[in-house]
Amino acid sequence: MTKLTWDNAVLLSPATAQRLGLENQARVNLALRGRSVEASVWILPGQPDDSATINLGWGRWRSGRAANGAGFNAYKLRQSDSFWSDQGLDIKKIDRDFPLATTEMHQAMEGRDLVMEGTLSDFQSDPGFIKKKSKQPAAELSLYPDWKYDGHAWGMSIDLTRCVNCNACVIACQSENNIPAVGKEQVLARRTMHWLRIDTYYEGDRANPRAFFQPVPCMQCENAPCELVCPVQATNHSSDGLNDMVYNRCVGTRYCSNNCPYKVRRFNFLLFEDWVTESIKLQRNPDVTVRSRGVMEKCTYCVQRIREAEINAQVEDRALREGDIKTACQQSCPTEAIIFGDINEKGSRVARLKAQQLNYALLAELNTRPRTTYLAELRNPNPELQKDGAE
Amino acid sequence: MILEHRQRESSRPLPAMQATRVIGPGESFRSVTEQISSIVLTRKTPFVWYLIFAISLLAVGMFLLSVSYLFYRGVGIFGIQIPVAWGFAITNFVWWIGIGHAGTLISAILLLLNQGWRNSINRFAEAMTIFAVMCAGLFPIFHLGRPWIFYWLVPYPNTMHVQPQFRSPLVWDVFAVSTYAIVSLLFWYLGMVPDLATFRDRAQRKWVRKFYGVLALGWRGASRHWRWHQKASLILAGLATPLVLSVHTVVSFDFTIAIVPGWHSTIFPPYFVAGAIYSGFAMVLILAIPLRSIYGLQNLVTERHLNNCGRLMLTTGLILAYTYAIEPFTAWYSGDTFEMYVVHNRAFGPYAWAYWTTLSCNVFIPQLLWFKSFRVHPKRLFFIAVVVLYGMWIERYMIIVSSLHRDFLTSSWANFVATVWDNAVLFGSIGLFVACFLLFVRFLPMMSIYEVRELLPFSRPGGGTVK
Repeated sequence: MTKLTWDNAVLLSPATAQRLGLENQARVNLALRGRSVEASVWILPGQPDDSATINLGWGRWRSGRAANGAGFNAYKLRQSDSFWSDQGLDIKKIDRDFPLATTEMHQAMEGRDLVMEGTLSDFQSDPGFIKKKSKQPAAELSLYPDWKYDGHAWGMSIDLTRCVNCNACVIACQSENNIPAVGKEQVLARRTMHWLRIDTYYEGDRANPRAFFQPVPCMQCENAPCELVCPVQATNHSSDGLNDMVYNRCVGTRYCSNNCPYKVRRFNFLLFEDWVTESIKLQRNPDVTVRSRGVMEKCTYCVQRIREAEINAQVEDRALREGDIKTACQQSCPTEAIIFGDINEKGSRVARLKAQQLNYALLAELNTRPRTTYLAELRNPNPELQKDGAE
Repeated sequence: MILEHRQRESSRPLPAMQATRVIGPGESFRSVTEQISSIVLTRKTPFVWYLIFAISLLAVGMFLLSVSYLFYRGVGIFGIQIPVAWGFAITNFVWWIGIGHAGTLISAILLLLNQGWRNSINRFAEAMTIFAVMCAGLFPIFHLGRPWIFYWLVPYPNTMHVQPQFRSPLVWDVFAVSTYAIVSLLFWYLGMVPDLATFRDRAQRKWVRKFYGVLALGWRGASRHWRWHQKASLILAGLATPLVLSVHTVVSFDFTIAIVPGWHSTIFPPYFVAGAIYSGFAMVLILAIPLRSIYGLQNLVTERHLNNCGRLMLTTGLILAYTYAIEPFTAWYSGDTFEMYVVHNRAFGPYAWAYWTTLSCNVFIPQLLWFKSFRVHPKRLFFIAVVVLYGMWIERYMIIVSSLHRDFLTSSWANFVATVWDNAVLFGSIGLFVACFLLFVRFLPMMSIYEVRELLPFSRPGGGTVK
């Protein structure tokens, strides 16, 4: 929820932080029954007032170069008679700020229809209510002919009702695709490399907001804005509809990233991959290129898995079957929110999901016609509970 | 004969417009040649020249150092990130290439329009173009993630059988800028040949004579030479004329072709061209005003020139003001949420300072140019030119950064912060420009001797003056 990396923080509610005169990243001294530790503040909408949440397990000093010194050690505050919670925490501000690295700077939707949602009763009264909200331009507007796909056409459906923001997909993607961890300094400089991120938004009252989660991989657009601005043909449309990234052709103009409305492209601003440490070489996925500095990269729909399955099917002289290919994010999703497959195949799971009434494309009004689409979030709130103002 | 003319000229009653003529009173063929060639050949180089040259060399050192570090570490040393993937490098590129435009306008369009007054400022304005385009051309390379393969943007036969992607405006840029650089260089050099021959003929020392002799390409001043020279000049002027409009149009395509709100706009080509000429004239004045006072050239670059440059700045500045005004209207009229947000965010968001600086420097302060007292007063005009040049840099920064930093998905919004390297390369490139320009002033004819002589009353049929 906080989108924090490399540090833990003292999570405070907006009202409490205001009362204590604290802002994000303020360095504070926490004192509890004679023990104290220094920490940094992070304001979390929805955190109960007059309470502070602190994660354990940080502030280590003998865990290697990545973990040493990251965060603060909250165990110092913990005593055997009050393992998980205690009262009487004293928070005092110390002069300097302590920077915290977050991967999402702005967690409000500003009235844009990014995460579409509704209640079950909305859906029951008008099953097409999401379609009506979507501003997809008519297909025949374009002067150019559509791409033709005789074979497969890969697509993805992400069910926002199911997503619980556990970040398993993000980590799975990172390890599958040899995505480098860039370190706190580079996260602060807004250079995270995650091919798949989960956008988290808060809506409504900051004391008691509604939270929305939206996993955003590459949309693999049909009308991909990235493709036509690349001066060297480093990003191209494949015969099965993927936006392929050709690393060794990329010269790094970053124009594709500017023109990507979803901002899913990631750039190796420096040499982020460790090419030297021997042990890391074995840790990598041998099917995925290790990128060097100065090239753009992005979600490929785990193209290495697609090609492997295609080759296996060919060897076994059979057609590809549903389930032969699972992307890393799909494989690791505990709620099966992410479904990948062939949209050219009528009965496939992804094709059926995309045919649903709740299916919508992110930023459909741009007519990028993404291959990754979402199923709008449906809630079924208990009217009894809603009376109290709670969700 | 010349003396006679001169006496006749000086014995005439002085017209009221004397002070604003394109060439001061009492000038003759000999005096013009003497004034311009002595700067290079005989006069002592002024102390100011050494002082500024030393400072600019320091900046060049900083430039080389930071560029070396850039090539060693990668573009990550700059402040760019996702979403603001373009930063200072592209801003500098657009700014420098814009500056060049005034030189071409003066040398080509004003030549075709028979504007005699441009004869005294065209040479150093063209030099300004060359050096500005040179600085501009470096930045797209510095900006690349892998600068060592920049030539992949050029279509050339290769074993990979891969060509550039011609739908990308960056490829159009390669053509636009390289054409511009080549035509400008040819035009500049061609125009200099007769003057280089003059230098050759007047040089005292042997190796100096040899140096200019090689550069003069055997020019003897025969009437046949002059005829061909004039034809070639006109042809090159004809080639350069569309470039004044096309180069910055293509540069603006880098933005308009993208779907980024704040970039995707049809007004950009005229907007950019006007802005380019605007900043270019500012640079011409920044160079001309100190030059004429240091080298005592007030008789050759007169108040008339300052006045005309001021007027052109006012005109292009007003075109720019119009586009600034029309942008919010277009955004509102489109009804597009994202466009409207960008316009609002520019004026009141984190980069509001850039927006209001742009408006102040490019629209409000230059309104002083309505007053003649500001147009002909060198110091005031210099001040306005500096303000405009600064404002035009900030304008490009605003267009690039404020559009990118908050586009469609709010989750990706982030602010751009420049690093010390961003600034080092920008100021280093200014140092490079100044150093090149100072070398030009020291070693090449900074004004066109033969064209200034054409301005003299007795070189024109009927002895009329050029107004």
